[in-house]
Amino acid sequence: MSGSIQDTFFEECEELLEATDEGLTAIEGGDHNPEVVNAIFRAVHSIKGGAGAFGLDDLVAFAHRFETVFDEVRSNRLDLDEKLIQLLLRSSDHLSALVEVARDGGQIDEPHHDTLLAALDEYIPEEEEDLTFEPMGLGGPAPMMDLGGLGGVPAKPQEETYRIRFQPLKEMYGTGNEPFFLFQALKDLGDLTVKLDENELPGFDAMDMDEAYLAWDLVLITKEPRSVVEAVFEFVEGLCELSIAGDGDAEAEANALAALDAMFSAPPLPEASLEAAAAAEGEAPAAPFEAPVPAPVPEAKPAAAEEKASAPKAESGKQEQRGGPKPTLRVELERVDRLINAVGELIINHSMLAQQIANLNVSDTRDVETELEGFKNLARDIQEGVMAIRAQPVKPLFQRMARIVREASAATGKTCKLVTEGENTEVDKTVIERLSDPLTHILRNAVDHGIEKPEDRESAGKVRTGEIRLSASHRSGSVCIEIRDDGAGVNRPRVKQIAIEKGLIPENAELTDGEIDNLLFAPGFSTAKEISNLSGRGVGMDVVKNAVTGLGGRINISSAPGKGSTFTIILPLTLAVMDGMVVSVADQTMVVPITSIVETMRGSDDMINSLGADGTLLSIRGNFVPICDVAGALGLYRGSDQQAGVYLLVETETGQRCALAVDDIHDQRQVVIKSLDGVCGEIPGVAAATILGDGKIAMILDPESIIAASPTAAAFDTERRMSNAS
Amino acid sequence: MKTKVLAIDDSRTIRNLLAATLEEAGFEYHCAVDGREGVDMYPDVDPDVVITDINMPNLDGFGVIEELRGHGINSKVPILVLTTESAPELKARARGAGATGWITKPFDDASLIFALKRVTGAAA
Repeated sequence: MSGSIQDTFFEECEELLEATDEGLTAIEGGDHNPEVVNAIFRAVHSIKGGAGAFGLDDLVAFAHRFETVFDEVRSNRLDLDEKLIQLLLRSSDHLSALVEVARDGGQIDEPHHDTLLAALDEYIPEEEEDLTFEPMGLGGPAPMMDLGGLGGVPAKPQEETYRIRFQPLKEMYGTGNEPFFLFQALKDLGDLTVKLDENELPGFDAMDMDEAYLAWDLVLITKEPRSVVEAVFEFVEGLCELSIAGDGDAEAEANALAALDAMFSAPPLPEASLEAAAAAEGEAPAAPFEAPVPAPVPEAKPAAAEEKASAPKAESGKQEQRGGPKPTLRVELERVDRLINAVGELIINHSMLAQQIANLNVSDTRDVETELEGFKNLARDIQEGVMAIRAQPVKPLFQRMARIVREASAATGKTCKLVTEGENTEVDKTVIERLSDPLTHILRNAVDHGIEKPEDRESAGKVRTGEIRLSASHRSGSVCIEIRDDGAGVNRPRVKQIAIEKGLIPENAELTDGEIDNLLFAPGFSTAKEISNLSGRGVGMDVVKNAVTGLGGRINISSAPGKGSTFTIILPLTLAVMDGMVVSVADQTMVVPITSIVETMRGSDDMINSLGADGTLLSIRGNFVPICDVAGALGLYRGSDQQAGVYLLVETETGQRCALAVDDIHDQRQVVIKSLDGVCGEIPGVAAATILGDGKIAMILDPESIIAASPTAAAFDTERRMSNAS
Repeated sequence: MKTKVLAIDDSRTIRNLLAATLEEAGFEYHCAVDGREGVDMYPDVDPDVVITDINMPNLDGFGVIEELRGHGINSKVPILVLTTESAPELKARARGAGATGWITKPFDDASLIFALKRVTGAAA
């Protein structure tokens, strides 16, 4: 049970940390609206509250300090200057780290923790600190804590008799405290006798309805320590005259005697049991003459009427006040995925139906086709609807990235800020999850290698603070993520030199600027002179590229010396469905992703030129493009009646072009991607599979890897570089 | 009849913790996510006791107390405030507004039940 509540806590923490980050970012941007500050205070406060419930002491202590500083800000005792904002941002990052440690285990960065605590402390006035660590209670002893023991040794439970005089002040009745309930709580502690003292009750004429006239004398025999007895009266402390005398101490004895004196000097009252006292209380409103407890009968009815009258008002007020978030529904991811699978099957089912109708050889299929078209549109609607469920705004991801940039800036001694755009762009949940690592890597790189040191920037005539712009947008069925920095740009001579040293390109290769920039993605490439702790240990940008292509996306870099670099990541909207071109190769049906196809053409013999022994080139409008036969790449053999005659011009991320030779093109359609993971191992050249209308399985090709494996393409590429060089 | 509790807290964690403890102890549990919703829900739920957080959006805990006491709907309903630290000035302010008592977070089951006992007389 508490496990699941703890899960809730960590989930909630994520949201609260996001809210904190969002608020701080707004503040950093100059928005000092009190509600922004309040929202952050509440978020941090809630984290502290929840953390306390699970005994996460480090988190509580830090959140407390953080929150206290915020309290100073919201009470206008502190100005939000640049230095404080930076401290708060770093504190927010550290709070996230503490939450992570609490959730996933691991070590907190102690020195950093202490530094931040000390820095926050500087903003907290001393008396504030003292106050917050005062034990509970209004100056009285802490309840539920046994202070009666000697030298910390708990006293042996021993029965003791307490004589309690309890006389409520009129203020007590306004707080909703009821003597009767206090007596019931006392009764739980032991043997209780209650005696009502109504001596001060005036005659009916002299009675003031708002006054308190009653008092009680109680005798409690209990084994509980005095502190527990006192704790019962915690809520009414200061709202009553109270004396609690145990028979242990002399003073108490004297009090008890005085109380007894009082009792005997007054006309003796019948001793009432607790039940009797209860009955008296219960009847009190009905007979105000005898027991004038405030809130008498006549008030009761108008109150009820008022309640009715105010209810509709409250209802309408509710509508107006709720301008905020739309209602949401939390659903297990598995249920959504089940729906996605079903929709995938529906799309396959549609194409099968269409195929079978075509096979029927019916002369007039117009009516059926109209209906079929409707089916197709509905299926697409459902598919898009379901995809929208999985789609999430990139905002939380971008917010995490702001933290990465801050950390990286701090580690490198540079000053950078991250500006985000298009935070509400929605992307598939899995894409967002798997985008986190590549983005982190790119941003660290941008800070580490892209942005210059503040003094260098100044001498280059730039502002000291580097800017990294992270944006997301939808672009014709894809998502485009752009990371643009205003740093020094790619150091092309150096990149080229490294590539030559590492044998990635021939020494005399002549490359275009774009080609040099894209060398950054080459496996094993790392420009850091010494391995930087920050942007990875020898892990190059090729890992980033693999992650992006693993998502069916592409990544590109463009750079302007002295002005900065831009990484562009293009991703499919969804991982479940894609638009593909259905082709046949050596009697096999295959699908090529539309996104990688530049153009298609039928080739004639005069367009084909040979290169070396086996290689062939396709001449397109005067340009030569290496031909890569898909059949050959996949190890398929053509029958005598089959021939590659159609070419798909594709372009890789590095700008390398290649003509994929296939036998024929059939159709362009939406296909459902079925992963091959766990079905068979990785097949070079094949990305995934799909089911076509005729029920057959077709492979979805990965043009990149086909080209990479093609000797012709490689030979041509080398040749081209050589010829460029000469 | 079960004792009805209306808990008002913007933290899902705290609401879940309260729900777990109170439902196990046999209370009837209702909750609201902020002060405004709590005050709006009050007439329908008609609780025997209200537990409210202090720092909340829309309407804070002090506002809840003032509205419930001021409405005269049931000006005597016990209201317990949830406070994170035992800051005396917060308690004094809450009491000034008409709070019946307070529960200090983090709370354990026993102290929560003990607080409810003292203001409703009920252990459930």
